[in-house]
Amino acid sequence: MFSYIVKRLLVAIPTLLIISVFVFSLQKLLPGDPVLAMAGEERDPQLIEYLREKYRLNDPVPIQYIHWLGSAVQGDLGMSLRTNQPVLTLVAQKLPVTIQLAIMSMLFAFAIGIPMGILAAVKKNTALDYVANVVALSGLSIPNFWLGIMLILLVSVHLGWLPASGYRPFFEDPLNSIKTMLMPAFVLGNALAATLMRHTRSAMVSVLSADYIRTARAKGLAERSVVLEHSFRNAVLPIVTLSALLFGELLAGAVLTEQIFTIPGFGKLIVDAVFTRDYAVVQGVVLCTAVGFILMNLVADVLYVVLNPRMRASL
Amino acid sequence: MTTLDQVRIPVASAQRPASRAWRKLKANKGALVGLFIIAFFALLAVAAPLLPIPDPNATSWSAIRKAPSALNWLGTDDIGRDILSRMIWGARASLMAGVLSVAIAVVVGVPFGLVSGYFGGWIDQIISRVTEAFLAMPFLITAIALAAFLGPNLMNAMIAIGLSAMPVFIRLTRGQVLAVKTEDYVEGARSIGLRHSSIITRYILPNVFAPILVQATLTIATAIIAEASLSFLGLGQQPPAPSWGSMLNVAKNYLSQAPWMAMWPGAAIFLVVIGFNLLGDGLRDALDPREA
Repeated sequence: MFSYIVKRLLVAIPTLLIISVFVFSLQKLLPGDPVLAMAGEERDPQLIEYLREKYRLNDPVPIQYIHWLGSAVQGDLGMSLRTNQPVLTLVAQKLPVTIQLAIMSMLFAFAIGIPMGILAAVKKNTALDYVANVVALSGLSIPNFWLGIMLILLVSVHLGWLPASGYRPFFEDPLNSIKTMLMPAFVLGNALAATLMRHTRSAMVSVLSADYIRTARAKGLAERSVVLEHSFRNAVLPIVTLSALLFGELLAGAVLTEQIFTIPGFGKLIVDAVFTRDYAVVQGVVLCTAVGFILMNLVADVLYVVLNPRMRASL
Repeated sequence: MTTLDQVRIPVASAQRPASRAWRKLKANKGALVGLFIIAFFALLAVAAPLLPIPDPNATSWSAIRKAPSALNWLGTDDIGRDILSRMIWGARASLMAGVLSVAIAVVVGVPFGLVSGYFGGWIDQIISRVTEAFLAMPFLITAIALAAFLGPNLMNAMIAIGLSAMPVFIRLTRGQVLAVKTEDYVEGARSIGLRHSSIITRYILPNVFAPILVQATLTIATAIIAEASLSFLGLGQQPPAPSWGSMLNVAKNYLSQAPWMAMWPGAAIFLVVIGFNLLGDGLRDALDPREA
């Protein structure tokens, strides 16, 4: 298993290198000379030259990239122009907030998507199945920022049940932290629940028609036991690996949700950075998200091997 | 004298599968509902200049945040503009962004996928590795970063969305080409010495077209949400030009005073996206040869 993980990590290196080229190239898309913007209105030639030297802009682009990559590998993603803090420090500050949101969203997605998928498969081609499919399709089609706005309107403005904003860190005030995160987590978990429902249904439909399920039923086992113990246990493998991938996507999906509910997380960090032209932060967030996404891909692959005895045996 | 290029290799008539697919599509109620929704919004978008509606950018200080009424069917916004009019004109931006960004993804991505799958070898290795890298970057984050660096406007948002969606088309096309290129008719075309470009355009592309069409339809739905998201963040359509995403951006500041400002643009995005999703699902079933 260890050698498998090492092999998968090695395979990720070229992918990360290509992503690093893309992220580095982003700053070259900027119109105009960034040094002139930094030098202010006076445009002192000495200051301009100093800045060019400092940021190695006099070097050829490939050399600039190598220096940038060297720093990034050592955890130096540059400094935020807005807060004058290292980009990695900012990312490390904001990430726990988004991870809390992502975990709560996943819980919502599991609680809604998996039971709905199982029910739709067991009651295949009945009214319940069609309703579940319509709900899933709606979940996939509804823009989560609109769902968030509508929930604020209903739950916060009209009913006054939950606060629309006012994030509290979990370890300082767990109860209020959960209260402020309930709506955003539901909004973010909604589309995932739809995806999970579709995959659970599809996996369960294929397992329920297998010979061993027919045998289990022929032996007179209770339907509950057939569905939950025999079928779901075998259908759970693709669902678990899909969940690991979805968790990676949540980091990105949080951008709009955090914006609407004013949650000071990873997504809000990139949006604020975009509007303050804090490009080092934008680059840092893109790079860190890609690394997170690749790590979750790796987790998905490892989980697949751990949970599948046939794959484990073939290692 | 007949040159090798002029030799025609009989291929299955494209007409019959197409008409069979259309018959299956017509029998699929969900797909028809999707098609109807898309046609409705497309018609509104095209006919916007001809409809008897107020100028979408005309402000009225005496009609600020007015609730829906006989005069303003869907109400007015924070500076007295007619919401119905802005919704109809906003449909242009949303549909255009959805279709054009997917067109960018298809026009750039499909040739890469064709070349990668057909030629294999080092070209395939390079294209596949780059595609994998781009697939590892979340779609919306890539689009936001590109839109931020390119500059905030609708055209750049479309380019950003198109480029972010492109890797899916490269991978899909490559996979399809790998399956098709070993077919007898492709071997036949190769054996009589047809040029690679002819084989790709005449024998491979038509046979990998169906899954690309399905993916394109489903990606339009994603692209419409992405454009609305970028406009919502202020990285797409710029004020005062109307777009559903930017209307929602303004509306979120007046939720308790003017809830109608937020309801309609979001409902429109939801309807159009569900329309493309229904049509995409229907097309997938209709074009799937296993479901003959």
